Amino acid sequence: MNIDFSLLITEISLAILGLTVFTLGLILPAKSSQKGLGTFSLCGLLVILALTIASWGNQGETLGGMYLADYFTSFFKILSLTALILVILGSKNYVNSQIENHLEYYSTLIFATLGMIIMFSAGDFITLYLGLELMTISFIVLTSFRRTNGKSLEAGMKYLLLAGLSSAVLLYGLSLVYGAAGTVFIKEIAGNIAQGYFNPLLIVGLAMLIAGFGFKISAAPFHMWAPDVYEGAPTPVTAFLAVGSKAASFAVLIRVFLGAFLEMQEQWTMLIAFLAALSMLIGNLTAFAQTNIKRMLAFSSIAQAGYILVGLVAANEAGIKGVMFYSFIYVFATIGAFTVVSEVYNKTGSDDIADYAGLSQRAPLAAVVLLISMLSMAGIPPLAGFTGKYYLFITVVQDYLWLVYLGLILSMVSVYYYLRVVLVMFRDEPADPAPLKLGSTASLTLWLTLAATLFLGIYPWPLAKLANTVAIAFLAGL
Amino acid sequence: MKQLQGCADMENSLELIAFFLLAGSLLTGALMVVTLKNLVNSVLSLIVVFFSLAGIFILLNADFLAAVQVLVYAGGVCIMLVFGVMLVQRKDMRESNPVNRRFLIAAPLTGALFLLIGLVAAKSPWVKEAGEVPENTIEHLAPILLRDYVIPFEAVAILLTVALTGVLLLVKEVKDNGRSS
Repeated sequence: MNIDFSLLITEISLAILGLTVFTLGLILPAKSSQKGLGTFSLCGLLVILALTIASWGNQGETLGGMYLADYFTSFFKILSLTALILVILGSKNYVNSQIENHLEYYSTLIFATLGMIIMFSAGDFITLYLGLELMTISFIVLTSFRRTNGKSLEAGMKYLLLAGLSSAVLLYGLSLVYGAAGTVFIKEIAGNIAQGYFNPLLIVGLAMLIAGFGFKISAAPFHMWAPDVYEGAPTPVTAFLAVGSKAASFAVLIRVFLGAFLEMQEQWTMLIAFLAALSMLIGNLTAFAQTNIKRMLAFSSIAQAGYILVGLVAANEAGIKGVMFYSFIYVFATIGAFTVVSEVYNKTGSDDIADYAGLSQRAPLAAVVLLISMLSMAGIPPLAGFTGKYYLFITVVQDYLWLVYLGLILSMVSVYYYLRVVLVMFRDEPADPAPLKLGSTASLTLWLTLAATLFLGIYPWPLAKLANTVAIAFLAGL
Repeated sequence: MKQLQGCADMENSLELIAFFLLAGSLLTGALMVVTLKNLVNSVLSLIVVFFSLAGIFILLNADFLAAVQVLVYAGGVCIMLVFGVMLVQRKDMRESNPVNRRFLIAAPLTGALFLLIGLVAAKSPWVKEAGEVPENTIEHLAPILLRDYVIPFEAVAILLTVALTGVLLLVKEVKDNGRSS
């Protein structure tokens, strides 16, 4: 059994980058030179992104199917790396002023990304689970990074306990599926089920898998942790948690449920549809009452998880394409919004929506980006969110029309709480009219996310075509 | 021939008895961990759980796993837990692991889940036949860890690094001015 190292190029270079950042941080003596670690990791990540894109055509599986490298994983690798680059780029000010331990911060972020990539590239449950734990434990550390801040510690504690519980449930589900199907390889499970092999234990395992992954994507009713953790974690970490962890978990959901359990589709689509409906309802309706912008975005991200789950209900190539497209545009909208939040917090020390009064006068770019990001999340044309929602909901019009109606109505409802923030920013007079100066890298991030959200809304064809090709290749490779 | 058969039966029934004893002590120990009011007693019953689990591993011919279970869990993890209990001391040790009201809701729910999974598992056909157990289990470990499962193995290595640095970071001393040393 030989290992094809060319398939592991992203993973190996990420591990090397993480360890290099770590070593550099230990060697560099002065506190001030530690600030260069962010730039260093950024350059390294850009190189890795280029390498990943360059090895797009290099497909295959290694270690006897334990590790997969196909278009599907390449797509999500690019997505996670893009998200990490934007997060690091947008949060330099915040990190320099709010976070002391740069070497641990940047290396843990890189290792979390490595965990995500291992998780959705896994061809068997053991690799999958270890990737997932690498990601989760990195996020637990990152969440409690501002350890002199009570909220951050509380968030870390809650995430630790609930993530531990969800991992236990997931692991139990995985072991039940292993016991019932006789193998841990995702492809072989599909083969065994296709041979008419059926075991009631599989259903129990399946339900536990849904619960375990439901926690990671923060779908209701497994969303309890999200608001507190999103609020307490350092804002860049929240952004990465909302984007990276969620997208990677969706990738793994598709991999496991379509890869292994496609034959048992009628057993789980109803459950997923129920989860999607509940997430949309709870996320959108609870977001109304929030006065803290991070909590509001947390509930909105629960609702977004509901929208994305709709693509999984369809369980065909259009559904996968919808999930992939939406996950990618969600990166830009979310990171745009959270970059504004972290810049504002950095200057005003507050996350309250009321303190965003007159932001349009103090920092016009930030206000416009927040406006565009939120409208994109609400799904207003011609922004990218509208196209994404269209691709998702069009797939279930035939079989689950009620889900479409529910999604449409709740999207309307969501416009209200997004616009409430916009109203405060554009109508109210600022308490302190001094202009709020954004950092240069943060402005760059804001411009990038703004451009991407607008461009993909008006001209979604390139990304949609790419997602479509990948989805077709994914289903053909099952 | 008949005698041999009898011997095998005898061995099987002894194994069955051993299994039930071990499983019984495992489940009782686990229940005691969550219900006992004194945290020190809970840790002690956790050691019972770990030892019973090691016994079950031995019954399954997984001797290396059993040794690791005793060394790492019954040894290392429990010592660490004891230290944790000692460091985070309550006023009254007898009330250090309180059971709250929700126990009344949680117990029937988990009990029902336990019964459900047990019933389904008892009715299910199990495909996996136990393979031949090699005479010496340790010598097969290296190729498994470093060749077949090298990616999970390396992932664990990085995972441990992250966990270790994270713990060090979180427990670093905080000075009076709010900055760490």
